Amino acid sequence: MSEQFIHEQPEATKSNVVQGASNEQKRFSVGIDLGTTHCVLSYADLSKIDDEEFTQQVMAIPQLTSPGAVEDKAQLPSFLYQAHPAELAEGSTSLPWTAKPEYLVGEIARNLGSKTPIRLVASAKSWLCHAGVDCKSPILPAEAPDEVERVSPFQATTAYLQHLRDAWQNQHPDAPLERQDVVITVPASFDPAARELTVEAARAVGLGQAILLEEPQAALYSWIEKSQGDWRKHVEVGDIILVIDVGGGTTDLSLIAVTEKDGNLELTRVAVGDHILLGGDNMDLALAYTVKAKLEKEGKRLEPWQIQALTHSCRDAKEKIFNNSEVDNIPLVVPNRGSSLIGGALRTELTRDEVNRVLVEGFLPKVPASDKPISRPRTGLRTAGLPYAQDAGITRHLAAFLAKQQSATDELKDINLPEHATFLHPTAVLFNGGVLKANALADRLMDVLNSWLKAEQAPEARLLAGADLDLAVARGAAYYGFVRKGKGVRIKGGTAASYYVGIESSMPAVPGMAPEIQALCIAPFGMEEGTQQELPDDEFGLVIGEPVRFRFFASNIRREDKVGTRLDYWTDQELDELDEIEITLSEEGRKPGEVVPVHLCAAVTEVGTLELQAVSQKDNGRWKIEFDVRAGDEQ
Amino acid sequence: MNTIYTIDLMNTVYTIDLTLKPTTFDLWHVCLAGTVALLLLILIVLLISRAMCKKKPAIQQAVQIPEPVVKVVEKIVEVEKIVHAPTPEPVVLKEATPDAALQLLGLLQKEARFIDFIKEDITAYSDADIGVAARVVHEGCNKAVNEHFSLAPIRSEQEGSKITLPDGFDASAVRLTGNIVGAAPFTGTLVHKGWQVTNIRLPKLTQGHNAAIIAAAEVEL
Repeated sequence: MSEQFIHEQPEATKSNVVQGASNEQKRFSVGIDLGTTHCVLSYADLSKIDDEEFTQQVMAIPQLTSPGAVEDKAQLPSFLYQAHPAELAEGSTSLPWTAKPEYLVGEIARNLGSKTPIRLVASAKSWLCHAGVDCKSPILPAEAPDEVERVSPFQATTAYLQHLRDAWQNQHPDAPLERQDVVITVPASFDPAARELTVEAARAVGLGQAILLEEPQAALYSWIEKSQGDWRKHVEVGDIILVIDVGGGTTDLSLIAVTEKDGNLELTRVAVGDHILLGGDNMDLALAYTVKAKLEKEGKRLEPWQIQALTHSCRDAKEKIFNNSEVDNIPLVVPNRGSSLIGGALRTELTRDEVNRVLVEGFLPKVPASDKPISRPRTGLRTAGLPYAQDAGITRHLAAFLAKQQSATDELKDINLPEHATFLHPTAVLFNGGVLKANALADRLMDVLNSWLKAEQAPEARLLAGADLDLAVARGAAYYGFVRKGKGVRIKGGTAASYYVGIESSMPAVPGMAPEIQALCIAPFGMEEGTQQELPDDEFGLVIGEPVRFRFFASNIRREDKVGTRLDYWTDQELDELDEIEITLSEEGRKPGEVVPVHLCAAVTEVGTLELQAVSQKDNGRWKIEFDVRAGDEQ
Repeated sequence: MNTIYTIDLMNTVYTIDLTLKPTTFDLWHVCLAGTVALLLLILIVLLISRAMCKKKPAIQQAVQIPEPVVKVVEKIVEVEKIVHAPTPEPVVLKEATPDAALQLLGLLQKEARFIDFIKEDITAYSDADIGVAARVVHEGCNKAVNEHFSLAPIRSEQEGSKITLPDGFDASAVRLTGNIVGAAPFTGTLVHKGWQVTNIRLPKLTQGHNAAIIAAAEVEL
């Protein structure tokens, strides 16, 4: 069915081309928040926007909520369910645009998956950034028995985008999404391979024009848009804005500096944090296990479905306790699964004390600024799962991030850090993500940060108010489409890391020791979109037809390295090893086995992805270097 | 009431009579007795007329109440006439579609275990057990209703306060009760603020979906 739909598409596009031939202007600016747990699409009609006034709306996304029922919701849960052929009645999965969708995504997937987790694909996005797995091979659901058909993290991402595109097309038949300005958000901590995969997924559903934007930047754009021009009164030159984004599955940190140029305020994203798999879902699970332990003390054994139900009710209870300061405990009831509701129900309660202990103290402990996340050495045999953060203390991750980024603003003359500072001092904080809607958590986070600042005699950081924590990313992305037309302040940033390839140094081999490796910088920190850097001096001899792999590294703190810089030594903190990259020189017009001298060239595309190329010295032939080479691992 | 007054009056007259055993009898006494008699007479007239006045509204009401009743009877007769008459257009009553009702039951069952609760024999259970189940039902109903309906009160005034309804008010949105007399504007006490659904977001159903199955049987493998 979806094929048929694609076949119909060129028709629609054609007629539109004829209609809009004179008007090449794109009508809508569309922002897509492709979240770990939810997707949101927000859009603005550019033809109706005056120079200053910007209005946008969040699209209601029709989706199956249970077999046979379709509902409009602002969020599309990022879940995919691989139903058994006998599981669903014929015709009970149709959507307004297709009688039989290729994949079940959204609310229905989450609902069915809550009772049959072996068929549920969740957190596909986190897998995209997971080093060591091939994101295009069918690996999800990871825990499924063999007979369940698996999909790749890439396919799942494509399926969510496909659903959003189809929903848009259904509501805007005369404005195809592939002809609008589309901005897709990614975590600031996404590595080049994950960004590339996201763009590829967009291309797979016809959105080749889509560009990327980092989520914390999108949150700041949304805040700027909501302030309606007032934002200049709330920040000043010399400010460092810390964006803390705690979503359902991930925590993302970014620092944005406020500087001045020609009398105008400028925003520069100076640093991004690591990819931390820690979020609201962990909190709900932590509460459920606390309650479970309490029940087990009373001698009650819980079945898996009861824990599942308990997690759900803990989420609701937690929100009630956080939102209502007069409530000190909320009864939790897990009813019997059978038709008899009364009797057999499991009853317990969640107290304010437990919520504070588990969430506030557990996830946001009061720690000194010098603290670091605890990391236990991973056990040798790791199960095929996501590398969840080992330390649940978000404040520890924050402390480590600020300490690591202490010199992030050294090159900006408007920002002066005191000499004795041991970490970068933020002056303002912007929150994002549903978790921080809870005042108790938001307040604690500010308290801890301000206690660090106070200890170094720095002024307290202030909270930038008025952010819409759930929808800000999608809204900010739609606004960015407008900003790109030169209509508002743009956050400068470029690449959030410098990149290196590993080269074996020419040392005599020492038995039993791996050869020493040098890191050669091929892309410096902060490369702007649409720029490229060549490295002509370091030549590599590549054999035609034979794939060559390089170890690949990134650093989000080494800002001073230029293209061609060689590092002999570095600490684990400085350089993160990413997945290997691979160059295969195609055989077109050349003899297999021929050795071709090449040099490397790095470019940041307008879309926002990093592109590495091997360039032949002789005839300027160019070959793309692939990031996602994990595909070849199993062959 | 009237009789009591009369007895009182007679008593008074009687007492006056007793003390009025004159030792001397002159013109002053005559005048005094006359004045007293006159005052008594005026008093009697006044009291009677007041009693009459009090009675009047009661009589009016008694007369008025039967009036609407008579009217209603007349109306029913008219309706019957229409039904029997061969020519006038028949009134087509809207038939509620069963799908929406079934859907609502399905939603309440899914979110709140509503049918399970209603169909269970609760006599055997203690209030505590029922209370535990009621939490599930209350919470779920609340969620289901809030998710699919936007509710707003019809009157924003405080319940118990006086409100005035202008001429031509919407009789389907505001129901008058009690002492319904006179003409608009009507002033009365707001007993219940009313509820109206301002927006409804029921799921759309796929073709061939059997809405009558409000909860599928569940088999765990």
